[in-house]
Amino acid sequence: MSPSYQDLLAAAREVIPEVEPSEVAPRVAEGAGPLIIDVRETGEWDQGHLPGAVHVPRGFLESRVAGVAHDLDHELLISCASGQRSLLAAVTLRDMGYTNVSNLAGGFARWKQNNHPVEVPRILTPAQRSRYSRHVLIPEVGEEGQLKLLDSRVLLIGAGGLGSPAAYYLAAAGAGTIGLVDDDVVDESNLQRQIIHTTDRVGVNKGESAKEAIRALNPEVQVNVHPFRVNRDNVLDLLSDYDVVVDGADNFPTRYLLADAALMTRTPLVHASILRFEGHASVFMPYDGPCYRCLFPEPPPPDLAPSCGEAGVLGVLCGVMGNVQATEAIKVLLGIGDTLAGRLLIYDALGMTFTELKVRRDPDCPSCGPNADLQLRDYEAWCAGVGSHDHEAAGAPA
Amino acid sequence: MSNVKIPPVLRQAVGGERVVQADGATVGEVLDDLCTRHPAVGAQILTSDGTLHKYVNLYVNDEDARLLQWTDTPVGDADTLMILPAMAGGAR
Repeated sequence: MSPSYQDLLAAAREVIPEVEPSEVAPRVAEGAGPLIIDVRETGEWDQGHLPGAVHVPRGFLESRVAGVAHDLDHELLISCASGQRSLLAAVTLRDMGYTNVSNLAGGFARWKQNNHPVEVPRILTPAQRSRYSRHVLIPEVGEEGQLKLLDSRVLLIGAGGLGSPAAYYLAAAGAGTIGLVDDDVVDESNLQRQIIHTTDRVGVNKGESAKEAIRALNPEVQVNVHPFRVNRDNVLDLLSDYDVVVDGADNFPTRYLLADAALMTRTPLVHASILRFEGHASVFMPYDGPCYRCLFPEPPPPDLAPSCGEAGVLGVLCGVMGNVQATEAIKVLLGIGDTLAGRLLIYDALGMTFTELKVRRDPDCPSCGPNADLQLRDYEAWCAGVGSHDHEAAGAPA
Repeated sequence: MSNVKIPPVLRQAVGGERVVQADGATVGEVLDDLCTRHPAVGAQILTSDGTLHKYVNLYVNDEDARLLQWTDTPVGDADTLMILPAMAGGAR
């Protein structure tokens, strides 16, 4: 005769030890308990669970358990609502080779009745779960990562070539607060690459224009428009208010200002610059890797450093590099993967090649070195000074 | 004969090429040969006394020449020398 449900439970109790909540609660409180796998459905989990438990719904147990319990001799405690689903789940884990599997007697219900502490997870709303479902599916992001993104604050310097795609994708990704620093207005000649702006917003401040596009794309993103240029007087306050800064500036004084201010406020700096068919990108983690000045101690003179307005830029190049920045910002915020810290990525669109150079901390760096006397300076004057000194004497054509 | 990668701002000085070749057993010799063949490059990257401007980064393959032996770093036929000034462009 085929076994009934009651028969299955009885057979499971023969092989799976059961643990009372009161037996294990002290260890859980100390954070020294077994790995607790909660096999309930998502709606039940969202109402609360044992502290430190991981959620693997019963239906995904076999396919996902290796991702949470790496060793077959890991001490596992399986829990559900009343201790029955978890008992059968424990048998499955035993069959899969896990040697140290117990079942929480009476499940979450008894745990709660005995007044042991409960953790209620912060969760995405159903609308957020739907909007960000492709993120939630990625193990490295998941619901926890998406919540982190929603809590995060990204400051973009410039809502132009790099800032447009970066801001657009960061908004789509659900970066909760996006600050846009730009004193410029949308010009018709911007629209070949600055895709967050539109023809009917020519003449509007770029931050305001981007805010409108972001509102249409993802209304829950908070956009802070800072319609001025970043300078010595406002940079520290600005950066202190954000978790990561994305440098899409168009001039060296601003780039060196940001580099120093990022060190002073310990804000990770995601760098990119573009010209014609070529893009550079890197990440500068304050005092935990090279800074911008370790890489480029001094700016070149103006004729060797034309802006895109002077020398031109392939529109789509901005999309590639701006999204490299958005990618790196997301990785920094989530603490996942290997960022470009310590590397300079060079993208040559004509050759369609990506080259990487090693960037190391300069022990004599005047900004981040051990003997640096870091203070904000007049970067306009400094850039003009170092750029021109004996370059003029060399008789180079202007 | 080493390959020298030319940044966008210097391409006009070498007739529009992205990579040119130059002779020499060290970084310094390759640069000398490059500037002999393309004097307009020298005018941009060398100071009046013939040394490199501080804003010029040099890489031998993927390594910063400053962390090797700078202009004395030996280079062979298989090596690529990259001239890399910072770029500013981003917003406009």
